[in-house]
Amino acid sequence: MTWWLRLWRRDRMEAELERELRFHEDQNVADLVARGVHPDEARRQARLALGGPEQVKEQCRDARGTRWVEDLLQDMQYAVRTLRRMPGFAAVAMLVLAVGIGATTLMFTVINSVLLRPLSYPEPERLLTLHGATEKLGEFWGFSNPDLADVKRETRWLAVGGWTYGGGTVSAPGEPEYVDGRQISADLLSVLGIPVLHGRTFRSDEDRPGAAAVAIISYGLWQRLYGGELGAIGQPLVFEGKPYTIVGIAPERFELAGEVDVYTPLGQNTTARMQNREARFIHVLARLRPGATIGQAQAELAVMARRLAKEYPSSNAGVEMRARPLQQELVGNVGSTLWLLLAAVGLVLLIACVNIASLLLARAASREREFAMRAALGASWSRLVRQCLTESTVLGVSGGALGALLAVVGVRPFVMMWPGSLPRGGEVRFDSSVWLFTLTVSLASSGLFGLAPALRIRMHNLERALRAGARSIAGPSRPLQSAYVIAEVALAVVLLVSAGMLGRTLLSLSSLNPGVNVHNVLTGHFALSPNALANPGRIRSAWQDVLDRAGRVPGVESVALADIIPMRVGENTLPYWTTSTPTPANQAPVALASTVTPDYLNVMGIPLRRGRFFDDHDRADSEPVLVIDDTLAQHAFGGDDAVGKRLWVPALGPVPLRIVGVVGHVRHWGLAGDDQSRVRDQMYYPFAQVPASLLRLFSSFMSVAVRTRIPPSNVEESLRRALRGAAGDQALYEVRTMEQLVAASLERQRFLLLLFGIFAAIALLLASVGIYGVLAYLTSQRVPEFGVRMALGATARDIMNLVLRQSASMIAVGVLIGAAAAWGAGLLLVRVVDGMRPTDPSTAAVMTSVLVAAAMLATVVPARRASRVDALESLRQD
Amino acid sequence: MGTKQTKSDLPQGTLDLLILKIVALGPVHGYSIAQRLQQVSRDVVQVPQGSLYPALHRLENRGLLAAEWTQTQTGRDAKFYRLTRKGKAQLEMETASWRRLAGAVGLILRMTGAGAE
Repeated sequence: MTWWLRLWRRDRMEAELERELRFHEDQNVADLVARGVHPDEARRQARLALGGPEQVKEQCRDARGTRWVEDLLQDMQYAVRTLRRMPGFAAVAMLVLAVGIGATTLMFTVINSVLLRPLSYPEPERLLTLHGATEKLGEFWGFSNPDLADVKRETRWLAVGGWTYGGGTVSAPGEPEYVDGRQISADLLSVLGIPVLHGRTFRSDEDRPGAAAVAIISYGLWQRLYGGELGAIGQPLVFEGKPYTIVGIAPERFELAGEVDVYTPLGQNTTARMQNREARFIHVLARLRPGATIGQAQAELAVMARRLAKEYPSSNAGVEMRARPLQQELVGNVGSTLWLLLAAVGLVLLIACVNIASLLLARAASREREFAMRAALGASWSRLVRQCLTESTVLGVSGGALGALLAVVGVRPFVMMWPGSLPRGGEVRFDSSVWLFTLTVSLASSGLFGLAPALRIRMHNLERALRAGARSIAGPSRPLQSAYVIAEVALAVVLLVSAGMLGRTLLSLSSLNPGVNVHNVLTGHFALSPNALANPGRIRSAWQDVLDRAGRVPGVESVALADIIPMRVGENTLPYWTTSTPTPANQAPVALASTVTPDYLNVMGIPLRRGRFFDDHDRADSEPVLVIDDTLAQHAFGGDDAVGKRLWVPALGPVPLRIVGVVGHVRHWGLAGDDQSRVRDQMYYPFAQVPASLLRLFSSFMSVAVRTRIPPSNVEESLRRALRGAAGDQALYEVRTMEQLVAASLERQRFLLLLFGIFAAIALLLASVGIYGVLAYLTSQRVPEFGVRMALGATARDIMNLVLRQSASMIAVGVLIGAAAAWGAGLLLVRVVDGMRPTDPSTAAVMTSVLVAAAMLATVVPARRASRVDALESLRQD
Repeated sequence: MGTKQTKSDLPQGTLDLLILKIVALGPVHGYSIAQRLQQVSRDVVQVPQGSLYPALHRLENRGLLAAEWTQTQTGRDAKFYRLTRKGKAQLEMETASWRRLAGAVGLILRMTGAGAE
């Protein structure tokens, strides 16, 4: 019989044991009687021979090998009964634990799903992203198409695919709608290892200019437009005014840097930049060939980059090529934030454990008599310790179960709350490793808060403990109690100071001038009617029409077009020279270059420092002009007046551009990120002077920005309607107010502050409760001592000071240790959070004094109680 | 607990061996095991009856003995123990090692006895 079976049949086993022993005794009696012994005497002798029936049974039960389980069950029943006798304590402890363990579980779930679990591609660890890098710009994502082609041809260790953005309007079948699109090289899907759901992927002969126009559509679009009919393959799809033949359906939930509806072959892109080695706009994904290592791939890329630099010095000098694991790339800087948060919730859990430990310790002391009684009745020390640990484990595991429930409920809102969108957020789910983690944390917590009180059980001095009212003058184990208070204070200081630093950072960042007047501005990407893109003349008039129509919308004050909107994702950086003799491209300074229409300055409220902004006289046939920001002016010309000077920007044409005005700097890279940005110079050039050959390309980036007289969200609907165009095939999308964009640039800081604020508040509360609990206990233990002191002439004030001093010294030590730890945490925060300043003493002091005030408040109540001790009464107690 | 009148203390582990040997003769209940131990050893080995049952149960748990409730000649239900195959192997092994040990101890005792004379 296996042990659990024996356990299951425990009642039957007991009955059989009873019968077996009775049989033995009866048999013995019968034998003795047969030998002539009197029945009563026989019974007595038989019993003596067998020994005490209960002891024999007990030994037989031990022999069964299920003893530990039975004891455990018994201990657990006892633990549950004990906890139910103090529902208040049990409820508070469980709730505190549930919050701590729940938050830790939640963070671990997210970390597990986002950082630890491999990507859902075949052999994901072999997938890489390739990057370019220069000393000036640091690492950037793009490759130029000619570079990509060279790498593809020469590589021995990599299978390489590329893609770039390419959204547009689908006008048939169905209503016209703007969809997100990607231009992908024919081998991209096979590099990723993703087969199409139906149909086929692009053939390599379709991945070149002039080939038949083919497209792969998303599962979603297939359902929307074709109702999921297989007949969709081979059907025409009018995308950007051009008929494509659908050849494949992408698998459900497949994403390529976001949700995408239409994929077209990258090689069919005929724009001039496809042949330009300086146009690094292609994202490159690669898979290590069998047997290759990332080190080999990196070495190979370095060699190729050097060869390209030698062969094409004007475009490739100083440009490196690097490879990085795809997972690292997808997750980006989210990892540091997540680990930071896990550390923070870990601190909260630690405080919770210390808190419960101190409460349990106080209880253990008051249960001394109970334990002494049980020891006197024969319980061994290890048995009592086990009993204590069982109690804390019951508490810990039920708290953990409740916490797991909180995590399950909370994880979706948490992912939704994440600033921007959490990479792989859709993949966040609970798996066995999460539950294992929760169980481990629960058990570890139980050990943490249960061990010290359990180990305090002493087997000597039983009789003293048993004597009613036995109290020692010095409270027992004061060092341990003090250690708890110190630990709680120190941990709380770390969280409070961190939260304070984040709050201060956010405050100072929010008060920064973004460089634009963010009130009453609405911006949105805009897709022109595909019909309008036929030739440069029609494109120009279509954009003019957009400006006119938007200007007539009620509530709109002024309208402008721009390819780059401050603080929104997307930028275009160009090298510039102040002389006509250009140094190599990689040594030139670089500026953010934005093309705008004349009213842009009014719409954005950017201050004009010198000269003028563009007007309607800056046309394609007039002198090329440029407006720069004061940062560029300072960099390029120092103290000299920049207006009238010339800049050479090869990307904008061979002739130098005359600077006609200087405007204020705009914090394009976010309120927090702008100071750290590698590129800070900014320049503007008139949209009217964009070369005709580039107009079509530029039209796909342009956004509309309007300044309104009324709240901008009220204008959105009428603006959308007004801009729909004659054929109803133009779309305004991703509409944001400037206020939203500014707020979004601080989302990460705000999010961290919110969470740290919550954690710090919990820590403060827990620490105060803990300090109160410990001091209330310590003072109650010292009541006889106070009685003696008062009998000897101490005043109530003296007693109160005594208690306050004791508490103050514990708090002071805690604050000192906590301050040192907070300083370390500050260094970590500075590294992880943009715009974070090192710990400043004033913030640390303010946050610490909040804690000290709360802690002292928690001391006052027990101290006052101690000071009201009636000397006679307390002395009589003993 | 030295109050029991044992004429000779059993070396550690010997009780198990003796029980296995007695049970090997045929299915038998606890009381008659106690009787036989006493009779066969001519009262030299007197097992406290209380420690017999824990030993039996331990052997049963280890799978060396199997037990069944059957009727005795007098018509009472009793728990009869019998040797399992595993128990038989164990008995043979322990018997052999006991003989070896006893022989060796005997040799040593005889030798020292001669030397003392």
